[in-house]
Amino acid sequence: MSAHGLSGPRVRLDGLPRRQRVNRAMEALAWLAAALGVTILGVVVWSVASKGWSQLNLDLLTKPPIQFSLTNAPQGLSNAFAGTLVIVGLATAMALPVGILVAVYLNEFAPPSIRTGVGLVIDVLAGVPAIVVGIFVFVLLVVGHGQSAIKGAFALAILMLPFVARTTIEVLALVPNAQREASLGLGVPHWRTTLSIVLPRAAGGIVTGTVLAVARVAGETAPLLFTSSIVGTQTSWDPTHALQTIPVAIFELSESPDPKDHARAWAAGFILLLFILFASLTARWLAGRSARKIAGR
Amino acid sequence: MPPRDRLEPIFQVEGLDAIYGTKPAIKDVSLEIYKNLVTALIGPSGCGKSTFIRCFNRMNDLIPSFKQTGTIRYHGQDICASNIDPVAVRRNIGMVFQRPNPFPKSIYDNVAWGCRVLGMKDDLDERVERALTQAALWDEVKDRLKASGLSLSGGQQQRLCIARAIAVEPDVVLMDEPASALDPIATQAIEQLMHSLKSEYTFVIVTHNMQQAARVADMTAFFSISRGAEGERYGELIEYDATEKIFTRPADKRTEDYVTGRFG
Repeated sequence: MSAHGLSGPRVRLDGLPRRQRVNRAMEALAWLAAALGVTILGVVVWSVASKGWSQLNLDLLTKPPIQFSLTNAPQGLSNAFAGTLVIVGLATAMALPVGILVAVYLNEFAPPSIRTGVGLVIDVLAGVPAIVVGIFVFVLLVVGHGQSAIKGAFALAILMLPFVARTTIEVLALVPNAQREASLGLGVPHWRTTLSIVLPRAAGGIVTGTVLAVARVAGETAPLLFTSSIVGTQTSWDPTHALQTIPVAIFELSESPDPKDHARAWAAGFILLLFILFASLTARWLAGRSARKIAGR
Repeated sequence: MPPRDRLEPIFQVEGLDAIYGTKPAIKDVSLEIYKNLVTALIGPSGCGKSTFIRCFNRMNDLIPSFKQTGTIRYHGQDICASNIDPVAVRRNIGMVFQRPNPFPKSIYDNVAWGCRVLGMKDDLDERVERALTQAALWDEVKDRLKASGLSLSGGQQQRLCIARAIAVEPDVVLMDEPASALDPIATQAIEQLMHSLKSEYTFVIVTHNMQQAARVADMTAFFSISRGAEGERYGELIEYDATEKIFTRPADKRTEDYVTGRFG
């Protein structure tokens, strides 16, 4: 009787026991790798949440910090929250149109040689360290003119651009050629086909890519150290001012000797985490909704 | 069908060569397509009949490595001349593709969208109804025009694509194996609508179903694969004549072998 539940004069089981062993070993390795990933994420989220949760209160969102405070007056980080919203918002406004237009040009209009060449440049740009982008913007715009939220946003936009462009290229490439042909075959011009048939079909993917790019740069610290404020305690929405941001605030508060500052750093980290989680879930929801819409359900 | 010298040519193809990169697709094709007839292009897979039909509306322009030489005159004008806008060509020469490709829009908008974009906005409802009726789809969809075009069956989707193509009133409708993904009933519906619409349009249809060519076409062109001096394969026009003659008294042995099923 065979151990594999199958027997007969013509049944062949060459090397099957070995293949089964290899299969089990590979499955176990893959399972461990997945478990490791989930565990690390779990530990990070749990440590941030457990330390940050108790510090969450409305004052954190609505009150600015007080420098050299000797009192126990409630302090917040409203300056950093406002700054992050302004800077990330401006960065998205700069990177999104450029990124989408780059992708549309490369995928819909450019000859193959340019598509490959510029595609490579985009991938290289995506690999440039954030601190290098920070120094670049610092030398280009900040030296001699001072810091401002716009300059910080410009640095973040440079980081976002390749992400937006790359994800947009990917989703445009997924639009079936039959859709372009259907429109062009009616005598509809190329630009109109791109605008009315191709882009709406890719919209879900573009939004998803953008939300993920926003989530990524919202946590960027390095380029903002040079380009927007590391000291501003005023809560301001004026992009020409140097504005504080959440990641930079976390960086500074964690350097402080005061344990109350550490607590606030954890709380700010927790909020940043919640924001990124919310952004990712939104992206998934939008992608799912657009997929359902295209499938006609 | 009137005698050939009394027919009005709508396309005059002369010495057409088409090449993908360095790979020839068709060589030296010359023929005339006549107005208000159904012309079928038949032949084995890989003989270049799809490449050929896509030359008529410059659809091959979308393929970067594609090149063609020779002329295709449409009402006497060379449609491949550098001063001709392919958009203008496609505006007059519509196309139905091998696989139904409705837009992810409502049934109504699938037909109306092209008209709207091309500026035919008057009496849009009537225009949509007329196109759907001509495409033999109206009775099946008139109560659910707002439903997605993708909710239809394959045969209905293909008729929707035909409605979309004829709603913008082209001069010629090219059909690239329109029934290859359809069942016999849907195929019959499409053949019938070609028959009833040919007084208004000129149809060119690629098919590898010989019975279909025999049923719908007035003229039939038979393409086959030939080998060049270096062994390269390319498509060639073997014979072009009235359908009845192609199927009963072909002049070329290769045509006879193909239509009688002895092709090998």
